Parts: sequence; C-alpha cells; structure tokens
Amino acid sequence: MMDRLKQMNPVFLVLLLLFVAIAILSPYFLQPTGYMNFLKRAAPIAILAVGQLYVINSGGFDLSAGALVTLTVIGSSILLDGEASATWWVILAMLGVGVTVGTVNALVVSWLRVPSIIATLGMMITLSGIALTWSGGAPRGYLPENFRFFGRFLIKDLPLIKILPVAVIVMIVVCALLWWLMHRTNYGKRLIAMGDNPKAALLAGVPLTQTRIVAFAMSSISAVIAGILLGGFAGVSTDVGVGLELQAITAAVIGGAQLLGGRGTVGATIAGALVLQAMFTLLNILGFPKPVRDVVQGLILISAVVIAGYRRRRSGG
Amino acid sequence: MSGEIVFEMKAITKVFPGIKALDRVSFTARAGEVHALAGENGAGKSTLMKVLSGVYQAEEGAIFLRGKQVAFYHPLESLAQGVSVIYQEFSLLPDRTVAQNIFLGREPVRRWGFLDAERMRRETQKVLALFGDRHRFGPDTLVGDLDVAQQQMVEIAKALSLNAKVIVMDEPTAALNDTECELLFQLVDDLRGQGRSIVYITHRMREIRRLADRVTVIKDGKVTASFDEVPETSRIIEAMVGRDIGHFYPEPAAKDDIGAAVLTVRGGGNSRLFDIDLDLHAGQITGFAGVQGAGRTALALALFGAEPFETGEVSVEGRRVTLTNPRQAAQAGIAMLPGDRKAEGLVLMQSVRDNGMLSVRAFSRALGHPDKSPIATLDQMDKAFDAFDLRAASYEVEIQSLSGGNQQKAIVARWLSLDPKLLIFVEPTRGIDVNTKAGIYAQMRKLAQNGAAVMAISSDLPEVLGISDRVLVMSDGKIVAEFGHGASEAEVMHAATEAHLGLEAS
Repeated sequence: MMDRLKQMNPVFLVLLLLFVAIAILSPYFLQPTGYMNFLKRAAPIAILAVGQLYVINSGGFDLSAGALVTLTVIGSSILLDGEASATWWVILAMLGVGVTVGTVNALVVSWLRVPSIIATLGMMITLSGIALTWSGGAPRGYLPENFRFFGRFLIKDLPLIKILPVAVIVMIVVCALLWWLMHRTNYGKRLIAMGDNPKAALLAGVPLTQTRIVAFAMSSISAVIAGILLGGFAGVSTDVGVGLELQAITAAVIGGAQLLGGRGTVGATIAGALVLQAMFTLLNILGFPKPVRDVVQGLILISAVVIAGYRRRRSGG
Repeated sequence: MSGEIVFEMKAITKVFPGIKALDRVSFTARAGEVHALAGENGAGKSTLMKVLSGVYQAEEGAIFLRGKQVAFYHPLESLAQGVSVIYQEFSLLPDRTVAQNIFLGREPVRRWGFLDAERMRRETQKVLALFGDRHRFGPDTLVGDLDVAQQQMVEIAKALSLNAKVIVMDEPTAALNDTECELLFQLVDDLRGQGRSIVYITHRMREIRRLADRVTVIKDGKVTASFDEVPETSRIIEAMVGRDIGHFYPEPAAKDDIGAAVLTVRGGGNSRLFDIDLDLHAGQITGFAGVQGAGRTALALALFGAEPFETGEVSVEGRRVTLTNPRQAAQAGIAMLPGDRKAEGLVLMQSVRDNGMLSVRAFSRALGHPDKSPIATLDQMDKAFDAFDLRAASYEVEIQSLSGGNQQKAIVARWLSLDPKLLIFVEPTRGIDVNTKAGIYAQMRKLAQNGAAVMAISSDLPEVLGISDRVLVMSDGKIVAEFGHGASEAEVMHAATEAHLGLEAS
C-alpha cells in the first residue's frame, strides 16, 4: 500500500491539495456551479495538453498549437459571420485544416529532418500570419449561437450535479478517445517506443513517418477542438491562442511526461492541466494580477522537470 | 618500492534492481604495482571501480585509502584524494586544446580571476615531459586532431597532473592497434616505476602477461581467484569462465539438417558492397569474418533494408523481394538483432513486455489491442520469456534494469514472435557474460534446427568459427573466401587480411 502510494504520480496529490486550498478560500467552489465552471475553463487546456502529449511522447514539441487555436477562432468567425446553417461545414473544414497542419508538421520533421521545435515554430509564425492577414488585424465576423454551443451551453436541472457544461462533455469524450488511442492500442505503444528510441523502433518494424503524422495530427485536431470551445465562451479575438502551446507543454510536464519522448500518460497530463488551471484560480482568488500567473507558470514548469528528474534518479530509472 | 597498501576494498556488495552486481568483493592495490582486474564482459569489473571512485555507492563493505576509511559520493571526491579512473569512453572535449582539457574545471587563475594560460601550458608541458618524447603533441594541440592512443595519453596526463596515486584503466587497449598498445604498455611501466598504483582492467591474457604483478579475477560479481603473481594463462581463463571451454559451442549441423536456400542474393551491391552472391540455407548458421570495415555490417544492413542494395536481386524462398526499409525486410521474413543493443535494439524506458511485443505491435492493426494481437498475445510473449529463462524482478520493470544477456533474450523473443525465416545476429554476445553466451549459442543453433537460416556477424573470430557451419570471409565489400566448420583462425585471418597488409582484427 505504502509502495503504491510512493509510486503514484505526485501530480494527483498536488491537485488534491490545490482543490482543498481553493475550497477553503472560496466555498463557492464546492457548489456544482463552482466546480463545473472550473472544469469548463480547464477543458480547452486539458484537450490541448493531451494532444500535445502525443507529440511529446513521440520525442518532439508542437509549438504551432496555440496559433492554430487562434486561426480556428478567427477563421470560423469570418467564414460563418453569423450564418448558423454553415456551422457543421465550417467545423469539418477546420478539422481538415488541423489534419493538414499536423501532417505538414510531421512531414517536415520526417522527410526534411528539421527538429520539431523549429518546424512547428515556423508553422506557428505562418499560422499567426495567415490569421492576421485574413482578419486584417482585428476580429471580424461573428460566431453563430450553434457554434458557440460547445463552449458556452450548460445542461441544467440535472440531479446531483445540477449543471453540466457541454465543454466538459467534449473534454471527457476527447480525452477518453485520446487515452484509449495512447494506452490501449498498438498505435500508442508504437508512438511511445518511437519517442523512447527511434532507431530501435525503426529496426523493430515501426513505421515512423506514419506514426509521427498521426501524433502531430492529434495535437492539431485537439487545437482545433480547443479553438471551437474557446470561441464559444471567450468570443472572437486575435490573441485567443497566444501562449496556449506553452501552457499545454507545461501541463504535460507537470503530469510527468518526459520531454524528448518515451514516457507520459494521458491521465497524469489531464491532472497536470487541472493543476495549472487550479493554480490560476487560486492566484485569482488571492487577487494576483495576470502577469504573476505567468511567473508562477514558469516556476512550476521548471520545478516539475526538476522533481521528475529527482524521482527518476531515486528510483534508479 | 612495492608493498605499501594504497587502497583496500573490503567485502563490497552492490545491488542493482534484480541483480547482484558485486557480491562481497575484496580488492587491494599496492604502490608501484600493476594489479590486473580480469573477467569477462559484465563480470563486474567496471562496477567495482565505479564504487571505488564514487560513481556508485556500495550497499555493504568498506573502502580504505592509505589506511583510512573513506566513502565517496561523487567522482570528484575520489579525484581529490588521488584516485583517477580512465574509462573506455574518454571525457575529452575535441574542440579544446590538450592544456585546456587537462585543466578543465580547475584552470589556474591570476589576480582578478583572469585565466593564467601561460601557467596552464607550462604545467601541461611538465606533465607531458613524463612521457619522454613519445607523445608527439604539445599543450596547444586540439584534442580532436589526436588519434585514439594520443587521446588516451591526454587522459593519463590529466590523472598525472592531479598527482593521482591510483590510476584505474578500464580496458585501455580496446581501440588501439599493436604499436599503440606497446606505447601504452611502456607508459604503464613508467607509472609503476614512479611508485603509482595501477589497476588494469582487461580480459586479454597477453596484456596480463606483459604488465601485471598481481591478478584478481571476478566472475558474476564474485572474486573467483586472486594471484600474487601471474599464473599460467589457463588458470586465469578457468577462473574467468568457470568451466571447460571445450563444450562452449553447440554441435554443428549435420549434412541432412541443411535445407534449401532461404535467401538468395545475386550481384548485390551499393556504395560499400560489391558483387555479392550469397545463398543462406535453412538449418545452417553462416558466419561472417573480416576486419573492421570489410563490409560484414554493411551486408547485414543491406539485407535488413536499413542501407539497401542499389544493384542486384534478392529473393526469399524463391520470390523476388524489395528491401528498401527494415519494415519491408521484416515482412519478407528477415530479422536483425542489432549489435549495439542499447542504441539500436531496446526502448530502454519501457517494460520488458513492451520491448518483447514491439515488433508484434508494429505489424498488427494500429487500433488493435496491444496485448491481444493475432500475431502473438502478451500471454504468449510471457511464455516465450519463461522458456528463455529471462530473469527479471518482473516483466513489468523497465528493461534498462536487466543485464545484457536478459535484454538480448527479450529482443530474440521479439523477433521470434514474427516467425522469421532468416535471423541476422550482429555481435550477438557483446557485453554478455560467459554463461549467458553459451545459452545464446545454443539458442542460435536451435533456431537453425527449427528451420531458420541464421547469419552470425561478430568481431570475435573464435566465436564466429565456433558457432558457424560455414564461414564466409569478407574484404573490401566483397565475399573473398569460404570455409567449412572447423577452419582455423590463422587461415581465416589470412584470407581476411590478404588485401590489408598490416591490418589486424582484434
């Protein structure tokens, strides 16, 4: 029992402590509207983080995720401009953009042998440029109600939990699918093996390029979904995705994912995203301004890597 | 001058997860002596020295340095006490000069913290002078411009500049040619003459005979023999191997056991291989001999699609195949067990099971359950591990905690799950202890008996000769000679080096 506790990922304990602290400072948090709102706000970052985990486990980074969120919001609003009947087509088109972006990222890494951090940095700048050019620098267009449904709508009058935001359902479904793909399929095992040692994976017969394409596509698709949610509850702005890729990487690292690949679980990454969000909530309650949140995010990113390294050395891994 | 005890290790026990690397090992080194530490790969020689220098901490036992008990928690601490270890992999910076390397991390400074480059050069010159005029490089030479032997001298010079009383050399001749070896031996003689204590780790008898004053042999983490003077070679080997070497290799295949050609190459070639005509038969182990760079590894990589043939044709069981990547080769029924297990074979952070299942998962449906593939289930993999007597605390532990032999078993199990027709073993026993070696040879034989063609590539010539039914000799990217089982080392070496006057394989 003690052994199992020791082996348990500390991120879950940290999350618990943060919840307790928030609940003490703000009892509102214990109300269904309190914690459901919290989960709703955490949903985009959790989805992004799990998508990012695919790329991290493959041994890379996806810095283009945040810019793709912005492009999704801006693009959808321009294409739709309040036209509710086009919502489904636009969502499909955006998912198509996601698959394309992910595939291009992966092919630049696989075929042109550009390190992923550079390839996706280039993609990030390109996508930001496209979003700005398209919108002319200021938000244009208008997102219809049925598009904003996913990010904003609350299912009310439920027994026990009273309310359930649609964003939370989206988060649960997306994360469950991505958990299954990572931990319960041959694909997921290939992906982690590739991140651990690409040469060994190649010589064992793993199709590296194909595996990498799917990993980057998962990250990009998750960015599009996060964009749809953010467009729903935050509305249209040109900086909606700024810095989200770094939050996603931070969340994965808090969850114990190893940078450069080979080690990281979906469950712990979701917990990492919730820790990050809880941290922001706590600082908010304590009355700290936004810049302080950035400082804290930076510090916990570094601490998480240090702690993970220390635990690994102790366990002789 | 000899006699005074410099350091003493008493009953050292060191445990790694799942394996006792050192079991109550005692070792004493005296001033002005060369104490050879002999043993097969994986016996625990390097581990013992890492305990001495503070890289590892022992679970039990004590270390005494000049009579005082010490405990080092970091190599820098032992270094400060005059213990220098020179590893096989040098810790030199190629883009820095000799002097900068020797004083790395402890550069002399003048007032205000400015680097005293002049003094650094002077002191380096002084240390190099101890080598006589044998070094042929100066303090300002870039280390990257030096050959391996000279780099080793820089490492030794580093130890001398720290005024090391104990110098541990871990298989120092591994990368040296004959002339360079002789130079090293002279240096070791000099160091002994200066009253330093040398611990010389090796498994080569010639070097023990040439250099050692005392010999301690360890095997499987235990001291199996300790000699106060160098005994007959056979006694050392016996202690290293722990058995009669005669029954080491399994019986060769009988004529009837050898079946049809499984793999045929006609006119195969690429930038490193020329005019390769090759038939590999079911039931037969074909060994490949040759000097470094003769093309043995290139041939394995070509057959496995990693560095494909550009000309010629390859067929497997009579059907033409294209082998442009490892995945295609594996699908055609070819398996390769890479020589550098850590770099090319293992996914180190994953479990033993994940390592064994890797190829099964690579060739199963992407969305299928990872433990329930129609190719092989996890249960079947567990049974294969059991059958190979793979020893691990659990099959769920990370494979990096296993010994080399057990890691090799997991990779063999990985490939057998695909039921390959040709297995290519590259350096199958590198880093594996002697007892496990015999097991791996037996397994290779069994694979052949079960109808696979087996290809064995090894830089260990006795191994190639011992295990193979037929030996092909390569030179300059061509197959130049063929021998049956029972060929002598001399004739094979002769064939391998005819075109390479003066070169010798180790």
